[in-house]
Amino acid sequence: MTNSWNDIKNTDLVLIMGGNAAEAHPCGFKWVTEAKANNGAKLIVVDPRFTRSAAVADLYAPIRPGTDVAFLSGVMRYLLGNNKIHQEYVKAFTNASYIVKEGYAFNDGLFTGFDPARKAYVDRSSWDYEFDEQGMAKVDETLQNPRCAINLLKAHVERYTPEMVERICGTPRAKFLQVCEMIATTSTPDRTMTSMYALGWTQHTTGAQNIRSMAMIQLLLGNMGMPGGGVNALRGHSNVQGITDLALLSTSTPGYLVLPTDKETTYADYMKSRAFKPLRPGQTSFWQNYEKFFVSQQKSFFGAAATKDNDWAYDFLPKFDASYDVLKMVDMMAAGQMNGLFCQGLNIMLAAPDKTKVVTGLSKLKWMVVIDPLETETARFWENHGEFNNVDPKSIQTEVIQLPASAYAEEEGSATNSSRVIMWHWKAADGPGESKSDIEIVSELHLRLKALYAKEGGAFPDPIVKTTWNYTRPGNPDPQEVLKEMNGYALEDIPDPADASKTLLRAGQLLPTFGLMRADGKTSGGIWIYTGVYTEAGNMAMRRDAGDPTGLGIYPNWGFAWPANRRVLYNRASADPNGKPWSERKKYVWWNGSRWTGGDVPDYAPTIAPDKAVGPFIMNQEGTARLFARGAMADGPFPEHYEPMDAYIANPLHPKVSTNPAVRILAADAKSFGTPDKFPIVATSYRLAEHFHYWTKNVHDNAVLQPELFVEMGERLAKAKGIQNGDWVEVSSQRGAIKAKACVTKRIRPIMVDGKPCDMVGLPIHFGFVGLARKAHPMNTLTPSVGDANAQTPEFKAFLVDVKKTTPPAQPAVA
Amino acid sequence: MATLQSLDIRRRSASTEAPPQVRQSPIEVAKLIDVSKCIGCKACQAACLEWNDLKQEIGTFEGSYNNPTDLTPASWTVMRFTEYEHGDDLEWLIRKDGCMHCDDPGCLKACPAPGAIVQYTNGIVDFVQENCIGCGYCVKGCPFNIPRISQVDRKAYKCTLCSDRVSVGQAPACAKSCPTQAIYFGSKDDMIVHAEHRIADLKSRGFKNAGLYNPPGVGGTHVMYVLHHADNPSLYAGLPNDPRISPLVGLWKGVMKPISLAVIAFAGAFGFLHYITKGPNEVSEADERKGDELAGGNKV
Repeated sequence: MTNSWNDIKNTDLVLIMGGNAAEAHPCGFKWVTEAKANNGAKLIVVDPRFTRSAAVADLYAPIRPGTDVAFLSGVMRYLLGNNKIHQEYVKAFTNASYIVKEGYAFNDGLFTGFDPARKAYVDRSSWDYEFDEQGMAKVDETLQNPRCAINLLKAHVERYTPEMVERICGTPRAKFLQVCEMIATTSTPDRTMTSMYALGWTQHTTGAQNIRSMAMIQLLLGNMGMPGGGVNALRGHSNVQGITDLALLSTSTPGYLVLPTDKETTYADYMKSRAFKPLRPGQTSFWQNYEKFFVSQQKSFFGAAATKDNDWAYDFLPKFDASYDVLKMVDMMAAGQMNGLFCQGLNIMLAAPDKTKVVTGLSKLKWMVVIDPLETETARFWENHGEFNNVDPKSIQTEVIQLPASAYAEEEGSATNSSRVIMWHWKAADGPGESKSDIEIVSELHLRLKALYAKEGGAFPDPIVKTTWNYTRPGNPDPQEVLKEMNGYALEDIPDPADASKTLLRAGQLLPTFGLMRADGKTSGGIWIYTGVYTEAGNMAMRRDAGDPTGLGIYPNWGFAWPANRRVLYNRASADPNGKPWSERKKYVWWNGSRWTGGDVPDYAPTIAPDKAVGPFIMNQEGTARLFARGAMADGPFPEHYEPMDAYIANPLHPKVSTNPAVRILAADAKSFGTPDKFPIVATSYRLAEHFHYWTKNVHDNAVLQPELFVEMGERLAKAKGIQNGDWVEVSSQRGAIKAKACVTKRIRPIMVDGKPCDMVGLPIHFGFVGLARKAHPMNTLTPSVGDANAQTPEFKAFLVDVKKTTPPAQPAVA
Repeated sequence: MATLQSLDIRRRSASTEAPPQVRQSPIEVAKLIDVSKCIGCKACQAACLEWNDLKQEIGTFEGSYNNPTDLTPASWTVMRFTEYEHGDDLEWLIRKDGCMHCDDPGCLKACPAPGAIVQYTNGIVDFVQENCIGCGYCVKGCPFNIPRISQVDRKAYKCTLCSDRVSVGQAPACAKSCPTQAIYFGSKDDMIVHAEHRIADLKSRGFKNAGLYNPPGVGGTHVMYVLHHADNPSLYAGLPNDPRISPLVGLWKGVMKPISLAVIAFAGAFGFLHYITKGPNEVSEADERKGDELAGGNKV
């Protein structure tokens, strides 16, 4: 989230699209209720289904799954065409006026620089600005230059007329325009809109661009950095924000630093592309500090073994040749290229796409270790469960080792929520039986591997043998010690740069801020963005002060929000270029004549005066936000509508480039996609309020509230297929077929796509063949193994199926 | 469950003695269910199961999100989902169903077992299972079709409005667990005031018939709804438009009572004569088996 859960109460308009907060985040949804009840806010829901969120919305608009970019581009066209943008904000705080390089173009579905052989935008050099002799981006403040980013944007979205949106998305024109009108009301300085999204936007081959489209809309409206504004990702698991911060992607290290590639063989190579010089005069370009964060991290990983002479143990880091995401992992398993797998808190058999491929892959492993508090389908993948898991155990040689882990309430530690707030939680009870905490399991494993490497050597034992492990209890470290290590501390005395006779920090003292991190090896810190969470004043994650001095839901002394305890990111943008609040009603952080003030921590040093024109978007070299993304995205500097890989229609905008040309796809899956002649129904997947992922089917009361898998379908489709409510239905895709009970509903509304009726079905993800709920076919049997071009997230939200009436599963569905 | 000593009793089923008036508390409680804020997440259902230690059987999917599909002796509240289409628009009306705690409770009036149903002075209507004879008259007496008779112990069960929590100053478990504050709990007067604010908000959003459901036919209720369509409560999965106690209950308590008593006396006399002349009844093995099955198969 750029803002926070609590901040939603400040909004005037909630747009839930790409998520279903009432269903999947009912506790957080309370802030929507709060905004509606006490701030007169309106709620819009755009979703393929009329959801639980839609049940309490002021306006609902249907949309075909996988067409969000088209819808949002249509909104941008409406805002730009009707001058419903926050002009002054856009000019001051975005790259609207920046002049884009000659050579950049978009033709027939392709941006410049595409390499058809490698199926990637190999050369993104044209996706950039014109620069002057000093290396500064050229701008045209009058916005007259046709190559200004905003003029290129206007031209780019011009094709997304309400008619085109209706044709692609199936959203009736009148409903679409109603949504546009309501969104446009927040282009005034005294009104804001918040965007709440989740996996409904991420799990697409255009996932990152869905979110980017909304970020661009919020910039045009002037809603970034404002109370009640922002682009807000609703995180699904407790602490999934934490694991993302700590390096979820295989190509990252903690704090969104980047693992070297195998082309960056030396430290000098690696740092060469990480200078991040400012592209406009006087800008912060905060990533200029990259080396300080990197060196501190290396010191935290390898301690005394990381020295200036060995380039801070740069050689100890793995260098990646390709992204090892979940798609790649399963692909390598299925190709017999992997021997072993650790599944820690991951039920990969249900959580990865194309279940059949996953089972094939798991069956080829020599061994698999499952670390989980619960019995999972993954640990039982080799068992025959009738038609729900029809495998032959005799033919599977994989050795499965289950290590029972304790559950979250059985261990203490920190968890980071969607609002980026790190909160400590305390142990409520001991875990059952022989269960151990994940920290203990991994530590024991590490120590044994370390001992083996120390004894036997091997090709390159250093990265393992020299990993620091300075904990009081090495076999089971105290989570507080781990959090301190992540926060970072001084390794030597740090002198005060202003007065050499003074010392800022003594050796061993915890860092109060990442501003004190150094590139000379005098500081250690595992994840720079968390610095400040554990200082000499104590564990800030334990703070529970419910005081809210401004009444804006900031709660500055509750836990610790990264970075620097800032609750709303880019809050400098809540004031105009002169530092005056855009409006009294939305006053948040402002310049009082001598410093930035307000209830939150400002984006940069509070004494930098507005006349220095330092932009709020400090992580960008420009200091402004990007309507034009430069080379940051793998699939284009502007969002573009591409059909899901199971394409329902030929893309009306450019039929020859129908799907995302830069999609994350593996050769083995190239023929795994369905076509509408065989699979004429659009399908999507989702979660139910009654269940949490694949866990709560193990809990009696949750199983009572939603006992069994079903497939939701509209009345038109049910009638055409002769299906009654509650009938058993076979749902099939190019990947496989499952059985589920029909839930015939008016809530899947009949829509028209490209001039023809489009039918849709939806399936909840929660059910499997282990647990207390009724046994079911894993629904990921149906979903395609293909991912987002940028984040590699699998496309669970849009695929093609067929349905027909069938008989009940052969094995009686007993729990 | 026995009666709660910390709550004062206003009325008691099949009893004529009146509790001392000096103990009547002026504060009546109410639960206000704001249907327009409800997202149907069933947190209240889960909280009810857990707080009251109920063990509902795991069912099957029957074509709707409404699960369990009906109230049972072990499910004292369920969410009822209605898809209401009008013109081009759709509404998904979600109503939390359960005991309404009528001010004039038909169940209590119909109950022939002394003290099996009590009404506390705060308005809560509670079933006292140790006094219940399982006759099912409360089911007939209820205009909302709420009480359910257990197949195991032949006792009637329904929502207690968490009388055990309320008696120590806590809100009912459902209200405590509701993430969107669709369930409010407090004095009935306060709840009516709160409802007025909500109704004004709904009217401003175009629901011109928004209103409070507090039906006078049963003397008002201690569970009230804020409805977007108060002009037509039956839209909400058959919520009665104008609930009243069945005239049969009046009949049973009136002219039928002496007649029935005479019939019972006659049956008793006949039974005695039958025993004298034919000997006692024997329970067959088949009956025993059937009884065991019932007890094992459907635990409360």
